[in-house]
Amino acid sequence: MSEFNGILTVTVFLPALAALVILLAKPFNLEDRIIRWFAILSTVATFVLSLIIFLAYDRDAGGVQFIDHISWLSAETIKSSYLLGVDGLSAPLVLLTGLLGMAAAFASRNIELRVSEYFIWLLLLEAAVMGVFVSLDLLLFFVFFEFEVIPMYMLISIWGTGRPRYSAMKFVLFTLGGGAFMFVGIFAVYLTGAVDTLTMVDVPKLGITGIPEQISGVSLIAPASLIFAFFLVAFAVKLPVWPLHNWLPDAHTDAPTAVSVMLAGVLLKMAGYGMIRINIGFFQETNGFTVHDAAGILSVIAAVSVVYGAIVTIRQTDMKRLIAYSSVSHMGFVLLGLTAIGGSTAANQLGGINGAALQMFTHGTITGLAFLMVGLAYDRTHTRHIPHLGGLWRRMPIIGIFFFIAGFASLGLPALSGFVSEIMVFLNSFPVWPWAASVSAFGVVLAAGYVLWMIQRTFFGSRPAEGGIPNDKYEELTDAEPLDLIPILVLTIPIFVIGIWPKVVVDVFKIGIEGILR
Amino acid sequence: MASELTIWLIILLPAFAFVFNGLLLRWLPEIAAGPFRLTGKKSDLAGWLTVVAVGVSFVLSFLALLEVVSDGTQYFDMRSWIAISGVDIQFGIMLDQLTAIMLVVVSGVSFLVQLYGVGYMHGDDGYTRYFSYMALFTASMLGLVTARSVIQLFVFWELVGISSYLLIGFWLNRPSAAAAAKKAFLMTRFADFGFLLAILYLYSVDPSWLDIQEMYHAITAGAMAVSVASWIALGFLLGAMGKSAQFPLHSWLPDAMEGPTSVSALIHSATMVTAGVFLVARFFPLFEHSDIMFLVTVVGAVTAVFAASMALVADDIKRVLAYSTVSQLGYMMFALGVGAYGAAVFHLFTHAFFKACLFLAAGSVHHAGGTFNMNYLGGLKNHMKITYWAMVIASLSLAGIIPLSGFWSKDEILAHAAHGDSGIAMFALLMGLLGALMTAFYMFRAVIKTFHGEFRGGGGKEREDIEASGEVPPEGLEHVHLGESPWTMTVPIAILAFLAIVIGFFTNPIFDLGFANKHAFATFVVERNTDVFHDHEAQVHAGSEPKFDPLIAGISTVLAIGGIAIAWLLATRTGVIPASVEKMTLPFQNLLRRKYYFDELYEDLIVSRGFYSYFARLVDRLDISGFDNVNIQLYRWTDRAGRALAKVQDGQVQTYGIVSVVGLIVAIVIFVVVAQ
Repeated sequence: MSEFNGILTVTVFLPALAALVILLAKPFNLEDRIIRWFAILSTVATFVLSLIIFLAYDRDAGGVQFIDHISWLSAETIKSSYLLGVDGLSAPLVLLTGLLGMAAAFASRNIELRVSEYFIWLLLLEAAVMGVFVSLDLLLFFVFFEFEVIPMYMLISIWGTGRPRYSAMKFVLFTLGGGAFMFVGIFAVYLTGAVDTLTMVDVPKLGITGIPEQISGVSLIAPASLIFAFFLVAFAVKLPVWPLHNWLPDAHTDAPTAVSVMLAGVLLKMAGYGMIRINIGFFQETNGFTVHDAAGILSVIAAVSVVYGAIVTIRQTDMKRLIAYSSVSHMGFVLLGLTAIGGSTAANQLGGINGAALQMFTHGTITGLAFLMVGLAYDRTHTRHIPHLGGLWRRMPIIGIFFFIAGFASLGLPALSGFVSEIMVFLNSFPVWPWAASVSAFGVVLAAGYVLWMIQRTFFGSRPAEGGIPNDKYEELTDAEPLDLIPILVLTIPIFVIGIWPKVVVDVFKIGIEGILR
Repeated sequence: MASELTIWLIILLPAFAFVFNGLLLRWLPEIAAGPFRLTGKKSDLAGWLTVVAVGVSFVLSFLALLEVVSDGTQYFDMRSWIAISGVDIQFGIMLDQLTAIMLVVVSGVSFLVQLYGVGYMHGDDGYTRYFSYMALFTASMLGLVTARSVIQLFVFWELVGISSYLLIGFWLNRPSAAAAAKKAFLMTRFADFGFLLAILYLYSVDPSWLDIQEMYHAITAGAMAVSVASWIALGFLLGAMGKSAQFPLHSWLPDAMEGPTSVSALIHSATMVTAGVFLVARFFPLFEHSDIMFLVTVVGAVTAVFAASMALVADDIKRVLAYSTVSQLGYMMFALGVGAYGAAVFHLFTHAFFKACLFLAAGSVHHAGGTFNMNYLGGLKNHMKITYWAMVIASLSLAGIIPLSGFWSKDEILAHAAHGDSGIAMFALLMGLLGALMTAFYMFRAVIKTFHGEFRGGGGKEREDIEASGEVPPEGLEHVHLGESPWTMTVPIAILAFLAIVIGFFTNPIFDLGFANKHAFATFVVERNTDVFHDHEAQVHAGSEPKFDPLIAGISTVLAIGGIAIAWLLATRTGVIPASVEKMTLPFQNLLRRKYYFDELYEDLIVSRGFYSYFARLVDRLDISGFDNVNIQLYRWTDRAGRALAKVQDGQVQTYGIVSVVGLIVAIVIFVVVAQ
């Protein structure tokens, strides 16, 4: 049996195709302007496709939809195939990738250095991330997951600031290191006798029984706990989870704005997605060890991530580094939500994982917006050193407004999306892990501290502090341009929509998560 | 039957004003503002739109109140906000007696403050921004009091917090405003941590209790254990202490006057700080069911005197009023603690009007004198008659002089404390009486220093003095133009002063009047609120029949008049207190001026030094030289190992040859040895 709808293949490969066109057009020495707008338009097209996928996903039918299936390995012992599809978990993440890809392209309007190469890598990055979210074959998933490293390395090391090579290499080593663990995990699954497929979920339409069903109750080739740990490490590096987080501040600080937007916005979400799809999806009824057994220790690590990340955040003096560390703290909430799987009631399990999934989505837009605003301010002030700033509101009120919105959303203000996901995580993890949840909830107080203090030192006041930006330069600072509003609004609108009416996304997520929890 | 839509409109009208002022007005062409043109700018529309929106909200709130008077408590359907199987978070409207009173107070006071703001904020660069924040503030508070679900209440609770942050920090270019705004938000956020944990705990015990009606029923049915109730109540109390600035979380409120004075009027009277008292009142059955009522009493009673003591020496008129707010909230808190629900809500009600009046009058004083520093004011009574008399009336009301509104509500609280049977109630009574004396003193000290005697130069003079001492003068010192303020400012002040006279006696008379029954207010909020107070005994205990106690009333009146007399004596006659005694009180005065060193304790010692410079620095160091260093060392060792091993393949044929020969020899030797 086979099926090919094509829309997912097009969505994944459209940015890659656009990158190819830019590459082939190189000999013609087109104007940078044309290349820019071509790249931007291709991300807009990708966004439209991702929106169609999200809206057209049939919520009543549920399950895996928009399947693209081509069999490429069909041995007696194992079957692997080019298999794309979305379920309730991946549909919103596809939309998120489309949103952020578009925002990142718009935010790259002012790139001057090696324009065509820049956009080639940026488009390939989007294609890779999109591929991760729609691949349902473990091998294909791994290929996309690892491929993303290459464009990221190029983007940070060539177009970055500060110590770009160091940071880019650090990113590569961490990610590939984690990837190596995942590769071993995949092999362990592959070599287990009872498993004859690499498909990650059940696809009844194609007659495929997925890995979760096949490995439940059987003896794996290695202890289930070990295989679980291999996958976990790969994703924990990427999320990132304390103490594997140190690559993130460096990568964020030195990356160009658009790349930071992509990194915080969608790359980290690949890890949370992987944890739900694989660590939770595969290991619910495995022999000898299940994900429920790991939930307790993970909840402790989550709480440490949240509070540790927040405390370190308070000490930062570079705006980008500050936001990067706050990401460590906020991704701790994702992990905390996932640990609700250790709960005794289905309500808590579902609620916690839904909260985690929603937190991934909301953090993507909120932190994306924060990096975008810092980038815009940095383009003008040429410094991100907080003690050198101050009084920016007076010169750039529009940047200020949206920076405030990102900050407030980040500290969990109701009516903005961050609150919804955090309250869902807290409500459902507290009954399961009361101490870890309580300690994590204090992260919200610390978040108010670092966000408001940063705002106070950068945007409040009448002028930059002594030794900061000189007065004449300060008076020349300009506000955002009209075109900047496009990426800004692309990220701001979801923050409000989800904050006020979370069902828009939650109703889709829950279908996918109900399908994964059995 | 008040329709649900009406209640939603009460919230949504100001919310719409917020969206319109904040977002839409920017794109509105100038011409569209035509009919509203008073001075020819479209931003004028922002002010009047907010006034109208809040005004209509007030009318609707009044209608809702009438509905509740005739029909009693109404619960409207819950609507699902997030629904996953098993997890269902719902929002709905709850319209009980407390809500109805709060709706009228909030929208009524807010309406007058908005009207005042049209004149007061005229010409400010952030005119539109001001009114959009004010509209958000009002909408949030209205949403808070109508919430039927605990989560919904928390949502609006936080929105109130953020709008106050924006308003306190309204003048973004003033560093002091930024610091005050952050301080207010952080201290209340810290307290909200307790609130949040209580919600989480409540949810984990029984998710259906998120619906306040269900919670009431569970408590009545005995389905909630006392220990559970105590833990939840403790968390709620912490949240309430933060918002209502109760000791020891009081120190943000005096600083919160950095915003425009009209903002302070709203924060201190009807919105924001009353939210804490409202919270305890809303969950009164929970608190009564818990073991921590004594804590509510103690916190309130200590705060009542503690805050009043700092007002005794404050030089800034707004600071005096701020401390007085904290102190009065303490009265409400301990009233709730001794079970006097009716008295607490009544005091909240009367206080909102006279406190708003005082703040608006203070703003009017600044309008004329250019400063809030009373050392530079004085003699204003001849220049601004309306402001002066409003201030005197509101101060008398606050001091609890018969027959003004503050007298009736404060005495009801004291009478309840006197009839309490515990030692803690007696303690509260003593603190309450002491507070009454102090209140009368500091208010009249302020009135006399501001309005009597000679004018001492105002904002211009203060600026000169500060510059002469070589320091940078704070912003907000303006030039003097002695005279009464415009009508948009004086009319609200006059209305509030009028209400400060009548609203106590005529809503809650001690005998039947033709249009108001005996104890109408108390009967309404307590006896008719059958969801909270089930039987007659509980109703009487909560104050459905206020025990007007002539003895207590007499003592407190004597104390209040005594306080006024002392203030008068100290201000007009020199040498009343011998110099030696005066000198002895100096250290104590200094302690009060430094606010018992709480700012130093919290900000310098705990947050700045303990947390930021020591603990957080340690963690940050650990991150860099601990965890990240592990990564770097791992990289270095890998690199070194690689370099070392690289020599194996350095391409030198001679080296390969030597190694091969040596290896061969070794292999042969081993082979021979092993074979032997």
